[in-house]
Amino acid sequence: MDPECARLLPALCAVLADPRQPVADDTCLEKLLDWFKAVTEAGSSLLLLQENPCLVELLFHVLKPQDLSSRILSFALRLAGTFAAQENCFQYLQGDPSLFVASAAGQLLVHVLDLAMRGPAKGHGRLQAQDWPACAQRIVCHLEDCLCSEAAPRVTQALHVLTTAFGHCHGLWTQGLWVQLSPLVARLLEKDPMPAPHALVELLLSVARSSVPSSNPGLWETAAQTLSRLSPMQAGPLAAGILKLQDCPQALRTQAFGVLLRPLACVLEATAQAPGTPGLLEGAAGDPMAVDMLPPSKSACVGLLCSTLAHLELLQPLPQRPSPWPQAPLLAAAVTILRFCNGSAAPSSEVGGRLCAMLVGCVRVQRAALDFLGVLSQGLGPRELVTQVFAVLLEYLMSPDSSPTVLKKAFQATLRWLLSSAVPPGCCDLEPRAQLVLRELLAVLQKRLCSPCWEVRDSGLEFLTQMTRRWGGQAGFRQTLLASEVPKLASQLLQDPESYVRASAVAAAGQLSSQGLLAAPSSPEHPAGPQKTPLEELLLVLTTDSEGFPRRAAMRVFTEWLRDGHMAVAEDRERFMARVLQAASGDLDWEVRVQGLELALIFLQQLLGARSPGAAPPGALAQALRALCRVQLFEFAFRSLFDCDRPVAQKSCDLLLFLRAKAAPSSSPQEAGDSPDVAPVEAALQRWRAGEQGQPLGELAPEAVLAVLRSMDLEALRDTLAESSDHVERSPQSLLQDVLAAVGVLGDNEADCY
Amino acid sequence: MKLYCLSGHPTLPCNVLKFKSTTIMLDCGLDMTSTLNFLPLPLVQSPRLSNLPGWSLKDGNVFLDKELKECSGHVFVDSVPEFCLPETELIDLSTVDVILISNYHCMMALPYITEHTGFTGTVYATEPTVQIGRLLMEELVNFIERVPKAQSASLWKNKDIQRLLPSPLKDAVEVSTWRRCYTMQEVNSALSKIQLVGYSQKIELFGAVQVTPLSSGYALGSSNWIIQSHYEKVSYVSGSSLLTTHPQPMDQASLKNSDVLILTGLTQIPTANPDGMVGEFCSNLALTVRNGGNVLVPCYPSGVIYDLLECLYQYIDSAGLSSIPFYFISPVANSSLEFSQIFAEWLCHNKQTKVYLPEPPFPHAELIQTNKLKHYPSIHGDFSNDFRQPCVVFTGHPSLRFGDVVHFMELWGKSSLNTVIFTEPDFSYLEALAPYQPLAMKCIYCPIDTRLNFIQVSKLLKEVQPLHVVCPEQYTQPPPAQSHRVDLMVDCQPPAMSYRRAEVLALPFKRRYEKIEIMPELADSLVPMEIKPGISLATVSAVLHTKDNKHVLQPPPRPAQPTGGKKRKRASDDIPDCKVLKPLLSGSIPVDQFVQTLEKHGFSDIKVEDTAKGHIVLLQEAETLIQIEEDSTHIICDDDEVLRVRLRDLVLKFLQKF
Repeated sequence: MDPECARLLPALCAVLADPRQPVADDTCLEKLLDWFKAVTEAGSSLLLLQENPCLVELLFHVLKPQDLSSRILSFALRLAGTFAAQENCFQYLQGDPSLFVASAAGQLLVHVLDLAMRGPAKGHGRLQAQDWPACAQRIVCHLEDCLCSEAAPRVTQALHVLTTAFGHCHGLWTQGLWVQLSPLVARLLEKDPMPAPHALVELLLSVARSSVPSSNPGLWETAAQTLSRLSPMQAGPLAAGILKLQDCPQALRTQAFGVLLRPLACVLEATAQAPGTPGLLEGAAGDPMAVDMLPPSKSACVGLLCSTLAHLELLQPLPQRPSPWPQAPLLAAAVTILRFCNGSAAPSSEVGGRLCAMLVGCVRVQRAALDFLGVLSQGLGPRELVTQVFAVLLEYLMSPDSSPTVLKKAFQATLRWLLSSAVPPGCCDLEPRAQLVLRELLAVLQKRLCSPCWEVRDSGLEFLTQMTRRWGGQAGFRQTLLASEVPKLASQLLQDPESYVRASAVAAAGQLSSQGLLAAPSSPEHPAGPQKTPLEELLLVLTTDSEGFPRRAAMRVFTEWLRDGHMAVAEDRERFMARVLQAASGDLDWEVRVQGLELALIFLQQLLGARSPGAAPPGALAQALRALCRVQLFEFAFRSLFDCDRPVAQKSCDLLLFLRAKAAPSSSPQEAGDSPDVAPVEAALQRWRAGEQGQPLGELAPEAVLAVLRSMDLEALRDTLAESSDHVERSPQSLLQDVLAAVGVLGDNEADCY
Repeated sequence: MKLYCLSGHPTLPCNVLKFKSTTIMLDCGLDMTSTLNFLPLPLVQSPRLSNLPGWSLKDGNVFLDKELKECSGHVFVDSVPEFCLPETELIDLSTVDVILISNYHCMMALPYITEHTGFTGTVYATEPTVQIGRLLMEELVNFIERVPKAQSASLWKNKDIQRLLPSPLKDAVEVSTWRRCYTMQEVNSALSKIQLVGYSQKIELFGAVQVTPLSSGYALGSSNWIIQSHYEKVSYVSGSSLLTTHPQPMDQASLKNSDVLILTGLTQIPTANPDGMVGEFCSNLALTVRNGGNVLVPCYPSGVIYDLLECLYQYIDSAGLSSIPFYFISPVANSSLEFSQIFAEWLCHNKQTKVYLPEPPFPHAELIQTNKLKHYPSIHGDFSNDFRQPCVVFTGHPSLRFGDVVHFMELWGKSSLNTVIFTEPDFSYLEALAPYQPLAMKCIYCPIDTRLNFIQVSKLLKEVQPLHVVCPEQYTQPPPAQSHRVDLMVDCQPPAMSYRRAEVLALPFKRRYEKIEIMPELADSLVPMEIKPGISLATVSAVLHTKDNKHVLQPPPRPAQPTGGKKRKRASDDIPDCKVLKPLLSGSIPVDQFVQTLEKHGFSDIKVEDTAKGHIVLLQEAETLIQIEEDSTHIICDDDEVLRVRLRDLVLKFLQKF
């Protein structure tokens, strides 16, 4: 701890201990804790306490029952936990009604238990309960009491403490603890209704992830029993947790997977599946499926389906996901749910009729099912099912009732499925089915781009950009796209009143133009107006658009064009650079300026070779420098060094450092005999540093640039910039001062009273 | 209480409610879907329509070929279009006391009722309902009268012949009652019988019931109605909307605590969400126009068109369509656009506030000012000079059987660049298009129906909690085409009572109370006595006067002065004898104390027996029996009046008198 902070500490402790002082907000206290944590990690906490007796005083003070705010209490407890302090303070605190205090007390309890057990356990392996230190015995006894209690909050509290213990402590003693307490937990499971089911699930998962199962396989039985006892909604998180475990008995995994699949199996059952269609639960779960397990209320049913879909979505990409993965029935279930939601499913039972009424038009379920359907594109499916997937996605894309968020998800899922059904590499076209889908997609897209809802136009454009990026080179795609109105509509949307849409239109136009797919824009407004090239269109956006997003998008497109050698750029690269840099350097949006420097860096790399390490050949360097001077890159870069937005300055620093590295000392201009006149440049830099940005740099000689570059301490500048701009404000010293200053005002007022 | 159901159309209802000696007609909607069976009336001679082949029976018999024409496999009646009227035989319509109109779409049959049935009552409606209703009727009459058609086909209506016709003519109901359109004179006469009312205004009907219109949120001036007496309340819910469109929001709270709620006028397209449809409308419009095509929107001259114009106002600039002309063609286009701006008090709050700015409440004023929206009475005249393509045309009639729309269908139908967008939900768009087949023009169906959907209805019913719900039978089962959609029906407890055309329902509640007023001087003379805490009683002797369904208790007349005349008294002149007022008794007789009292007064040899209803006290010596029950006491003694009176006085000591 630095001496200045140590000096402020006693005053701070006094403030914290004084119930009359309105101590700053929770964030302040959190920051203080973070700082103390950092300090204790750096050195001995014992020493810290010895050197700063005020801390010990504060802790003792807080322990006395008094009128302290729960925030301070919780702070002190956590601080005490950090310092591993006295142990006799927690019992009366644990029942505190404040959630903060209770949780802090719980953590402290675990901390103390861990400390107490760690010592004796060393070298002895597992200890019998009667050999545990008195302190630990008391804590365990307390937990046992709680677990046997009839009061639900006490049970919950104890379960939370145990969850923390098994989650954070890795000593062998935890195995003993489980042996000791598992009968009580088992008894909780038998109660009807089961108390604190969520906390129980958390505890079981925490234990399952600890070292306990290796020595105590009984845990798996408990988990299995819990799975069968909990309601479907409560069992979901446990089942998902079990399936994510690296190591667990196959039977339990099968059971857990069955729990997760059951709601979807019900959905499948509710629509007349032809006999012989593989069910979801065949072989997955032994118990006969209760078709009417779906909750009767709409909100509960929707909640169950959404959480089930979310669990399965998370599970799908994991290596330890259940195998075999029932891809086909899951696909069928996702499609069926989506059909229930748009009213096109034909229910075959009473449950189906109920599901239909509950799900129709439900946006939450639609979003969850579309996300899940998208994830399922990672696996294959039977041909007719994939056809159904595309059909239902098209229904959603076409339906006027799809909400903008649902539509966005439908676009995303469609893209994923199109990607996954791509033909093997080497073949240059989409497969015939995708080709058919594409035609309908473009018809939908055409209509969506005319939607009065800007979110819809926006997601339509994003979809177009991504499709073009992926298939812009393929003949089938090009043909279908060019036969549609879509490219024309996309360029018309460059004039959209909504800036987000304009930004997306810029990206789409950039991508279409890269692939040579952009028709010259014309609108019914100006059917015969002079037609601009895409480059001109986007430059117009960059120089005239009043909003930042479209301008940033234009810069991204230009960067991409330069990198990929877009024809419009390659024609006259220097002219392109000069125009874009001029626009970007004067932009008010710092992201546009950063993008401008990024563009400049790429230009530089193209001139000097990015890959080859070391200096560039002198001839190439001289030529490059002249080009850089012509496009006025240096004025932009030097100015940016003093930009009030740090990322701009950093980017500029990187750019100049790259250039300096490329200009090896050997190619020093001194060799040429005459030393360049750097005075005007340095004078300008000086003024810019002082904030006089209006000053122009004027004509630059390449030699002068190099000389200035060499004379500048760019490394130091980079280091300064690397420190966050608020590094002063974020120092602990400043924090302590702030807390004290806030209270200081109160002190003054008090003095005034006399 | 009875409900006579004269129309089977759920959104064009016509019901008669008999309630407390009043006969109230609720709406008189006109089912115009019958016109779909007729050939369109072209404004300009159409060679295609006039050259359609006549229809012949399977056996080659051609006697109907003048009346029936065939077009793309469909058969149409070549005659002046006719409408299906509400039932006129179920109840004598001359006995109807009042007609309550809920919105301008539900009054189109009014002239048929008021002018041809002997109706002598009053019609109640709000001002915008009357004014816009008049426009709709005027447009209808104009559309039909300006294309006079000599032929009036009737042969096909013969029951024996109708059986031989193809569907849908074969299945058309009550064709014999179908009538030609009314005249403007009949319209004016019908409208003159209307009395204007304002929201929440209480209108007394013969002192028996009170009717009140409430805002229903569906259209300018649209109302639901409360019909109530002192102890009964019937709510009549017709076209209502909870969406924020131009009209004043729906008043739901006043519908609470109804004994019966009659529910009609729900959305006709429960699966189409109006917001989505408006989006669809705009997108398709823009796509067509951008491709150089024209857009035709068949519509009514008032209602959804205001909202569509408002959406387009916001949309056309962003979609780059500001140079595209929008035409609104209707004989009443001008009045409709102007009327909408002056009914400020009937508009939603948002639009009302604009009036004070001052700004016209609807943005179509600005569209007109900037020449983006132009309106014309018909395609003839100025329009033909200004007409520029590509364009968007709003015009009637949505049935595509008459009005300027017929001309545009003929004009634009051949090109696939053009699009017809159906926004009115009243007619099946496929049937509407049938006489125009084959058609190259694109057809988009975006029905915009802002009326309540079933989710909103179930929320409404939960909120207002009526004891009974009565609705058209169509609402009590899922739509035939989507039998699995059990969510598309009225779901309430107890289940709704359903009705169909020409049915009479006995509404399931009995009247139990009637309110009686006490004159002040009579009330003044009453002396209430508290018999229990909070309950006081007083005896009233009065004369009950009943007149105009009002009941009043008046003080009894003073004792009649002896009259000198020798006139014989008539029975009806008898007045109640008010002099011998006996006090009323209350309380109970405690048997033990009563026995003690008897003993104190010298009776001996008393025996008490318990019976099922009370006690019997036997005075054996006096051979007397006193039978005490909860609500009566009998003294049975053997012709000893003195003893009886003595005993009676002892009994009375235990009772309170008032």
